[in-house]
Amino acid sequence: MQEHTTTQLHTVPVSLYVAIWATLMVCTGLTVLAASFDLGLFNIVLALLIATFKGTLVVLFFMHLRYSSKLTMVTVVAAVFFLLILFSLSMTDYLTRGWSVYGL
Amino acid sequence: MATSDIQIAEHALQHHFADMEQQRETSTFGMWMFLLTEIMFFGGLFCAYLVYRATYYQAFVEGSGKMNIWLGATNTAVLICSSLTMALAIHAIHLGKPKLMNLLLFLTILFGLGFLGIKGIEYHEHWTNHEFPGANFHFETGDPQHPATDPKHTEIYFSLYWAMTGLHALHMIIGVGLVTWIIIMGARGAFSPTYYNPVENVGLYWHFVDLVWIYLFPLLYLISKKHGGG
Repeated sequence: MQEHTTTQLHTVPVSLYVAIWATLMVCTGLTVLAASFDLGLFNIVLALLIATFKGTLVVLFFMHLRYSSKLTMVTVVAAVFFLLILFSLSMTDYLTRGWSVYGL
Repeated sequence: MATSDIQIAEHALQHHFADMEQQRETSTFGMWMFLLTEIMFFGGLFCAYLVYRATYYQAFVEGSGKMNIWLGATNTAVLICSSLTMALAIHAIHLGKPKLMNLLLFLTILFGLGFLGIKGIEYHEHWTNHEFPGANFHFETGDPQHPATDPKHTEIYFSLYWAMTGLHALHMIIGVGLVTWIIIMGARGAFSPTYYNPVENVGLYWHFVDLVWIYLFPLLYLISKKHGGG
């Protein structure tokens, strides 16, 4: 674990940052483009997939998680885990309160 | 150079840490713990959005139809650019170039202010169109195919829109303040390749605010195909 923490930023070249930036810009264009097609339920799925891909790039490279200690990685995974618990448990309640209201 | 670096390192090392590496590790961990609470903080609003979107989907479609997608997309691009300059600023101080770091941080602030300016134009538009929830809220259903949409439900969309983008904008303002503080510290020579934890932590904060916007943009602006007159 110790070798992870020492001067790892040297291994991130400027070209990688620029490549991440370019990918994020292209993905933003893709999101807007994808929203102009009527894909039904798949619209939101695609939008969230692109957003999550962008977010993962930001966290891994801009926020250096890829080069961080395992403790930091566990912290980030915990955040995602508890966020998903918040969403999924809330929705199991609201989506099952009145079937007719939600049209499901 | 090496001697002065060691002096700065000794000066920057606080007594309760064994070495610079432990201090740095602790600082990063602490910042991420704070960001975890921020994720849960915004998560509550995202959860409210999820519940009401599932309940009043059509009203949300009509509300998001009032969004200016091009201003929103431009703002997304502006934030991504600011994240790049922020990442490069940390890279610069890591290579021992405080002047380059300050230049890149200055650019980051400019992008941040640009974002807030564009957001302000949007807010002004919504405000004059009575799209602010409350006594003066007024919304006429624009889609004759769905006349049954209740303006009260669209008001919920706008409540969430103002709350989520408003909280995000507040984070941006705080971020601009923090970067200004880092620039002042940097100009005083507080940072070196061996000690730049505050720069890194403010960078983490800045990228996190960018991350929130990456989700806000498609969820609030792109609910259904609306641009191009559709």
